[in-house]
Amino acid sequence: MTVLAKLEENKSMSENFSGPSEERIAYLEGLVGQARIAAAAFTQYTQEDVDRIVKAMVLAGLEQAQYLAELAIKETRLGVLEDKALKNMVATEFIYNYVKDKRTVGVIREFPERGLVEVAEPIGVIFSLTPITNPTSTVLFKCIMAIKTRNAVIFSPHPNAWHCCHEAVRIMYEAALKHGAPEGVFACLESHTLQDNAYLMHHKDVGLIDATGGPSAVKAAYSSGKPALGVGPGNTPVYLEKTADLDTSVVDIITSKTFDNGTICASEQTVVIDDEIYDLVLKNFADLGAHICNEKETKLLGRTVIDPETGFMQPMAVGQKATDIARMIGLSVKPNTKLLIAPIRGVGREHPLSVEKLFPVLAVYRAKSVDEALKVCVDVNHAGGLGHTAVIFSNNDEIIRKFGEMMNAGRIIVNSPGSVGALGGIYNDMVPTFSFGCGTGGGNSTTDNVNIYHYLNIKRMSRRTPAHMWLRIPNHIYFNLNAVENLRQFASRSTVIVTSSLLEQIGHVDIVRRYLPQQTRVHVEVIPDAEPEVKVVMQGVEALKLYKADQIIALGGGAVLDAAKIMKLKYESPEADLQELAAPFLDIRKRVVQFPTEKINPARLIAISTTSGTGSEVTPFAVLSDKERGRKVTLADYSLTPDVAIIDPQFVMSMPKGLTADTGVDCLTHAMEAAVSLYASPYSDPNAMQAIQLVFKYLPIAYEHPQNEEARCMMHNAACIAAIAFANVSVGVNHALAHAFGARFGVPHGRANGLMLPHVIAYNASVPSKFMPSPNQRGYGAHKKYAAIADMLGLGGDTVEEKVKNLVAATEQLLDQVAIPRSIAELGISKEEFERAMPDLVRSAFEDPSGRTNPRMTLMSEMVELFWSAYQGRGLAKVARASQQ
Amino acid sequence: MTTNAVWLKIDAERLVHALHQACENLNSAEREVALDFSFVRRIDPGALRAMEKLAGVADDKAVKVVLRGVNVDVYKVLKLVNLTPRFSFLA
Repeated sequence: MTVLAKLEENKSMSENFSGPSEERIAYLEGLVGQARIAAAAFTQYTQEDVDRIVKAMVLAGLEQAQYLAELAIKETRLGVLEDKALKNMVATEFIYNYVKDKRTVGVIREFPERGLVEVAEPIGVIFSLTPITNPTSTVLFKCIMAIKTRNAVIFSPHPNAWHCCHEAVRIMYEAALKHGAPEGVFACLESHTLQDNAYLMHHKDVGLIDATGGPSAVKAAYSSGKPALGVGPGNTPVYLEKTADLDTSVVDIITSKTFDNGTICASEQTVVIDDEIYDLVLKNFADLGAHICNEKETKLLGRTVIDPETGFMQPMAVGQKATDIARMIGLSVKPNTKLLIAPIRGVGREHPLSVEKLFPVLAVYRAKSVDEALKVCVDVNHAGGLGHTAVIFSNNDEIIRKFGEMMNAGRIIVNSPGSVGALGGIYNDMVPTFSFGCGTGGGNSTTDNVNIYHYLNIKRMSRRTPAHMWLRIPNHIYFNLNAVENLRQFASRSTVIVTSSLLEQIGHVDIVRRYLPQQTRVHVEVIPDAEPEVKVVMQGVEALKLYKADQIIALGGGAVLDAAKIMKLKYESPEADLQELAAPFLDIRKRVVQFPTEKINPARLIAISTTSGTGSEVTPFAVLSDKERGRKVTLADYSLTPDVAIIDPQFVMSMPKGLTADTGVDCLTHAMEAAVSLYASPYSDPNAMQAIQLVFKYLPIAYEHPQNEEARCMMHNAACIAAIAFANVSVGVNHALAHAFGARFGVPHGRANGLMLPHVIAYNASVPSKFMPSPNQRGYGAHKKYAAIADMLGLGGDTVEEKVKNLVAATEQLLDQVAIPRSIAELGISKEEFERAMPDLVRSAFEDPSGRTNPRMTLMSEMVELFWSAYQGRGLAKVARASQQ
Repeated sequence: MTTNAVWLKIDAERLVHALHQACENLNSAEREVALDFSFVRRIDPGALRAMEKLAGVADDKAVKVVLRGVNVDVYKVLKLVNLTPRFSFLA
């Protein structure tokens, strides 16, 4: 491929980019090609291979630490030889100490309890820019990180630190190669131009740019459009607060600011000192070798070491000794002067020394208050230091916390030196680094101390985790004839019976009274037998308060039981906001709004159902009608579940035929939907199946022979058992459709359910057009569940299909037996009216939470089809009816 | 598989040498050369360069090079250096 073709291929390059010569491109392509091959080969290495090579490199680096420091000083003329040697040792030994036991190959971390495994994937080729201030230490650091993570690196050192960096790369490369690293894993540009850098930054085979250096290098890296780690300049504010240990603080600051003549970008720049300690602190500085500049000297210093045009530091001062800088301005200082301290009165262009100074000149500011001190620190932070580093010396935790909140800095160093502290691993537990992420404040992608994990693509391998399930029911369930006698065992000082006027008239309340302990004071709160309204609930709550109830007995159908549940909630937790608690949710375990757990008036709720359908006596649901707002809200929470349920058939013996049919079909629908629910479990299945069996056997008898005690008892049990199932696994689209249709046309809930049921069974048994996501489901099984129900009922059939068909037919037959209308048309609703209502019906059904546990996701178009099927009725039923006639 | 293929077993210990030999064999090859990689566990940069050369020569001579028994680690390396489209693979 020709060089021009390569250029053409590199489509990500900007159109205006004037690139290197053809010859130079050939050279750069050679470097990238070699690195790419090395990186590819490197992917086959094991953790042991990598660790062996890293150790050898670290030892080589330590061996040559001083040699490389000498080279760096000679070439750059910045910094302090001893400190540069120390930095080289930190860059090898300390980094090794951090990385040596870390896994960077294959599986690197496992979280078995979460079914999660993290797997490392190398980046490939990294293009790395290194700075003049910490040249060899940065190269050593990056070489070790790259090998540890199985990446190849092409280095582009600062032009004025090229020789020492080249030598550092050579030492690392030779050590790595000797111990088995792939050939070509490191390369260093022989010389470079900005065009070379730009070409490599845009190269399609470069996976990451790691630019440590000045703002222009960082900006170029981020502008390339490549993933980049660009870490740049800082301007570290320091707050020396009056509670600090002054001796330690002053030594720490001097140590840090003079380290390598202040070339580490995390070093202290402006120290803000509390007024009360200011003079003492300056004296301490002076005693330990700092020269405190007077006003004239400060002005002169500012004019000399800071470029008045740009407001940035003069390169000639960077990394120079304090005495040399003093000489630059003609200032006579003691020969052992370590640091020049310049008092300033503000931050900004009028105060030139308030910016970053990578040399031993430190600005100080006298603050009259904590507030002023923090504000000045914020100003310094925003004057070129955003995202980098901030330092505080204090023993006041509150002020330390506030400082941490106010500073936009990736590293907030407390009671330790800024530069050496930010490097990590020496004064604190931060990750050791030679590359400080400055977050978005500094135009960077991270605030971290850049480390091995930034040189990896970390893949998360996540295993399927079944959702936790539950079976939550009342603490006590008493059933069979005269189960009400069990009321005797519940001691109560004051009991309020919530019921309807009809039940009071027919003597049900008297039966309940008979079994309450004699000492119990009893009040009867009669409410309308209709969906409870807020007003009714609140009146009930007032009665509970008035009688200081410690026990509530709900005696009635679903509406009365629901009202009592909500009364209890508001009585125990008056602050509960019913509208808020009715907020929609997808998964009850992850809901946004939580029901109150603190109860100021704890009361026991005993539910005695007088119908055999809703099962409200064991469910966590309650429906409330908010007439003022013209809406109905459903509350759902297990805290609403009654404490005690009494399933005594004597209370249902007088149910009229129509109610027997409606509630019985409601019960059947609960059980059928629970059986195929997405949440169906081995705990809910037996209940659902048992309820279905009981309904098929006893509903026709209870309907035809209302005084048949056994049939009434078994239907009453069936309602409760079905409710135990659906209270824990919810229902399905049948209920969603029935809720919408029943509300719109005023059709009783059980009847509406019955109109939909055969159609929904047939629908759920067919191959879904859209599956519902559910970690608990293993394959699609609704049709098999229906077939199992058919088998249980002895309906016959050889195949699943046949069994489902037989179940649909048997369901239709049962509905016929109890005179449930077989089509919506039969209710006298015209086709036109139904058609007009359709958009609202579908919207309402789709919003209904019941549908979310349906085994297949029901599309709106499918809801339309289901509604129309129910409108027309099924052919089978029509045929059956015709043959009966 | 066509019948006029030349089958060569690649020596994993002397991979680069074996690939150079394969490259030379292309001169006398028919339409197809099959290289048995069953024993190659790992591939180094030198071998990758030899593979690039082999692919280039095969292109020039219009010879199809089939690699047999390449393990998935080696296959991924070939993928990373864009060599997979230049060879055919047989299990």
